[in-house]
Amino acid sequence: MKLPGLSEFSWRDVATEARLLLIGIPVFLWTMIPIYHMFLFAISPKEDAFSGKLWPDHPTLHNFGIVFKQQHYFLRDFYVQFWNSTVIAASVGVLTLVVATAAAFSISRLRVPGGRIVMNLALFTYFIPAAFLAVPMYRTMGNYGLLNNHWSLILAMVTIASPYAIWVLKQASDKLPVELDEAAVMDGATTLQIFRLVYVPLMMPSLVAIGTYAVLLAWNEYLYAFLLLSNDREITLPVALGNFLAADDSPWELLMTTGFIYALPPAAVYYAFRRYMVGGLTAGAVKS
Amino acid sequence: MAITLSGDSAMPAPPLSSRLTPAQVWGIVLLAPYLLVFLAFVVYPVCYGLWLARAPENYVALYNDPIFARAAINTLIFLVIGINIKMLIALFLSGFFAQQRPWIKWLSVIFILPWAVPSIPTILSVRFMLNPEWGVINHLIFSFTGDDGPNWLNDPTVALTMAIGVHIWKSLPFWTLILITGRLAIPHDLFEAAEVDGASWWQKFRFITWPSMQTLYVTCTLLSMIWTLGDFNSVYLLTGGGPADLTHVLATLGIRYLRLDQLSLAMASIVCAMPFVLPLVYFMMKRLSR
Repeated sequence: MKLPGLSEFSWRDVATEARLLLIGIPVFLWTMIPIYHMFLFAISPKEDAFSGKLWPDHPTLHNFGIVFKQQHYFLRDFYVQFWNSTVIAASVGVLTLVVATAAAFSISRLRVPGGRIVMNLALFTYFIPAAFLAVPMYRTMGNYGLLNNHWSLILAMVTIASPYAIWVLKQASDKLPVELDEAAVMDGATTLQIFRLVYVPLMMPSLVAIGTYAVLLAWNEYLYAFLLLSNDREITLPVALGNFLAADDSPWELLMTTGFIYALPPAAVYYAFRRYMVGGLTAGAVKS
Repeated sequence: MAITLSGDSAMPAPPLSSRLTPAQVWGIVLLAPYLLVFLAFVVYPVCYGLWLARAPENYVALYNDPIFARAAINTLIFLVIGINIKMLIALFLSGFFAQQRPWIKWLSVIFILPWAVPSIPTILSVRFMLNPEWGVINHLIFSFTGDDGPNWLNDPTVALTMAIGVHIWKSLPFWTLILITGRLAIPHDLFEAAEVDGASWWQKFRFITWPSMQTLYVTCTLLSMIWTLGDFNSVYLLTGGGPADLTHVLATLGIRYLRLDQLSLAMASIVCAMPFVLPLVYFMMKRLSR
């Protein structure tokens, strides 16, 4: 490899860098503008927010104070709704993990008769657009008498999250060597012991990814939450945010502040588990 | 007796209980929770919904409803134009993010934000930006030109375009990420060899990158189309289906009928989409269960 002359080297480099920046800067702006706009509203007094300023004259945390003290008609149940979102997301995460891990173990390791058919049925559900299932699901929950009950949303979200969870977990557990189970059987382990002591520990990274996936899915869900829950003290935060739009003179600065608070936990969870998410989910999402 | 962990036994069929090994009994027990969920919340609703949509009058009513025709066309535009633009940008950006630079690594961490945060607050944020009186965009237009900006969401074409834009904003990072993994899987010596032979970047793309990625790219495009059929938020939260119900897509139309207490029409509109959805789903399942 020849050493490039200093000036030639840097000129080529600068040109490439400039071309990359020409892509990078628009990408950065495109990504950040809606988020920055939300943040801007959260730290602006109402007059500044509505006058289209790019930075408020008097940035303030006043809006956060109003939200945390529930000092507005739209915010009177903020803590209850935050709690609802939390409980529902956590329940969906736990239930999805239980249902999907058991199913994946059964299909992949125990080779239960008909397992392949169940896997295909689950995959089929995964591909049916969620908004299409929402219409009959709403009526079904009515028939079961679960409307306006947290269980309706929890069960609906478990239904939506499990197919993908089972599929990813099955892919991961197919990769574990059969000899592991055989050796455990030789040592006299029962099926349940294999599940608990061999399978679950080995599957931990995938389980973390799937648990995170289910929790985020449930926390972020709007459509099902807004169909299945309507009582002010039962709804989750996204439904409450949607309800802000009901009034003509919506307090948008408070809406954006609440939205900002609502968006923080999933962003934090995502970045905390990014290693698992990228490895476990994108690899499984599309097999080329 | 040894416990079989793999495969069906080749024995002739004795009664069920003696044919199943203890491991298989456990298999059924462990599969039961999902089967119950599937029966109660997929099979039953789907059958019930199909039963509700059985009357031919529903389809006549849909055929005569101009909003349905409009929603079907909007959905088609959303899928055919919106998704292809999105995937082309994702393909392009995957090449950009595959460059090894510290600042590009940082940018890729930021770039993922739209996918990591919930869509409700960000879509509403865009909605306010487009507000004709108070939104920041029209404020900027006014301060630069002295003219009032357009009433963005009051024009169905513009409103639908904006909804597609919001959809792209939200899901572009996900597809770019997947295409990046596809790109990084291409052996690097292929590019080095092409470099030595003096290939242009277009030749490198045409003869190395694209042949290695086309299967992944087509799979992603089809999958994104199926999922976008269910994208309720981008349209509902930005335009609410308006103005005058002209920007509905099938996902929001079903909910609109539901709100109007016309459940059988809602189901019928979904049934109408099935001839397009099912072949795509079948195709995807063939691909993924290989």
